[in-house]
Amino acid sequence: MIWAKEETLSREEMEALQLERLQETVKRVYEKVEPYRRKMDECGIKPEDIKSLKDLSRLPFVTKQDLRDNYPFGLFAVPKEELLRIHASSGTTGKPTVVGYTKGDMDTWTECVSRIAVAGGAKADDVAQICFGYGMFTGALGLHYGLENIGATIVPSSTGNSEKQIMYMKDFGTSLLVATPSYALRLAEVAREIGVDPKTDLKVKIGLVGSELLTDAMREEMHKCWGEDMLVTSNYGMSELMGPGVSGECEYLCGMHINEDFFIPEIINPKTGEVLPEGEWGELVITCIKKEALPLIRYRTKDITRLIYEPCKCGRTTVRMENLSGRSDDMLKIRGVNVFPSQIEEVVLSVEGLGPHYEIIVERDGYSDKLTVRVELASATDSFKVLEEIEKTVRNKLKVMLGLDAKVKLESPNTLARFEGKAKRVRDLRKEQK
Amino acid sequence: MTVNQVSVFIENRQGRLGEVLNVLKENDVNILSISLADTTEYGLLRLIVNKPEHAKDVLLSAGFSTMLTEVLIIKVPHVAGALQDILSEIAKANISIEYMYGLSVEANDASIVMKTNQLNEACNVLKNKNIGTMTEKEIESL
Repeated sequence: MIWAKEETLSREEMEALQLERLQETVKRVYEKVEPYRRKMDECGIKPEDIKSLKDLSRLPFVTKQDLRDNYPFGLFAVPKEELLRIHASSGTTGKPTVVGYTKGDMDTWTECVSRIAVAGGAKADDVAQICFGYGMFTGALGLHYGLENIGATIVPSSTGNSEKQIMYMKDFGTSLLVATPSYALRLAEVAREIGVDPKTDLKVKIGLVGSELLTDAMREEMHKCWGEDMLVTSNYGMSELMGPGVSGECEYLCGMHINEDFFIPEIINPKTGEVLPEGEWGELVITCIKKEALPLIRYRTKDITRLIYEPCKCGRTTVRMENLSGRSDDMLKIRGVNVFPSQIEEVVLSVEGLGPHYEIIVERDGYSDKLTVRVELASATDSFKVLEEIEKTVRNKLKVMLGLDAKVKLESPNTLARFEGKAKRVRDLRKEQK
Repeated sequence: MTVNQVSVFIENRQGRLGEVLNVLKENDVNILSISLADTTEYGLLRLIVNKPEHAKDVLLSAGFSTMLTEVLIIKVPHVAGALQDILSEIAKANISIEYMYGLSVEANDASIVMKTNQLNEACNVLKNKNIGTMTEKEIESL
């Protein structure tokens, strides 16, 4: 099923709509948002100069630093009285980034998430358990309103108390799970610990996962835990842009459909800022063209992906973004090699005998970097040969994947930390050692 | 004629062995013999206990990577050369031994715990040569 007619517009119709909304947004931002007006003036560009979608690339970027510099409301385009809601990012490094929503923004948000939920298989008769942390984080409430809008029954169980989560699933007949991929796997683990087989004793057949990368290997692991017949789709968003609802996968799992009538995507070279040709990998830049409170223009997401314009079998004509290969933020530079944690995850999940949890430790060893990957044994053995084989396989695969020699540390089951929100699997000790 | 040995994976970390032993103590499992082989990062702890199934269950639920392994416990007379006599019979049958360790429950007795991948062949050799082994029943009663 397709939720909105805007998802099937022809390219011409979509571009006409985008241009109209872009021109309106740029004009409004220029008038109302002083810091952005200054940026535009510095670049010598006026709202009237935006005559076609191509002119978008002449506009200056907005970064997370701009949001911090103008904390809390400096980039808002409406007076505070018009806000219905405020959310904020965790702000682990410095001040949090603050975002706000007008009545119109709340409706847009609900609409966007409804589309993505429907693309991921959600229906009115679903019982949707939302295991994202409720609070300042946009994930839980975003999915909440979007799923409620399509008529699903919401179980707002938030994170934590995993045994009770399983009880709700069983007793309420939960059919749709909203969680980070790592928490979804953790829940399956807890279920088995208390004698509940997620595959046969629960009815969860749809997984809408987000807020973390979903690698193919992780999706496979989800199927192993929750059943081959589960439809696991990933969706994408970030609070600065709105929260979840920017894009999401359909049942064909071939990239995330972007709600293009609200968000214009571009791919740039993260070093030079130059717009890259269609289909190339680079940093995703998003322009919000229907936001009222915080209409960010050319916001640098730091996420690495590419855009796919070929039509999708599902009937949607919206452009798709490839499942993320990593965040430029998450990228580690180890002995001069660019390493994404998702690459290491892919290796860990592909090795027989290991559980899905891992930890990456990077340290300084003299003048060189040392990479250690901690993994958990999933099955027991009495043989050193088997243990050595597992270690060797992980090392070899890492070497092929990254071109780096890593140390592999085997651990007992349940030794590594489990996460309910975004998983923190990297410990870069080099900064502390400097 | 085989006996179940409890095999536990443990990281080389201070206190880790103590954690295993504590679980066994709290669950009233009596250890008859113990062998700890290690590498720089981890080790395999092998135990002969009076209640192997129970020991495995409680260790698993305490989060230890644990399994049961079939081994032979061969009685060795207390005389010089006795072990050599037994091992030469085993060697003659082309059976290779993966590891061994000792077990002694009374003043005048001695046994060795032996792991081989050729269990059936080893059992046949021991039977034919009338070499005694300890049964699961005997172990349970200790």
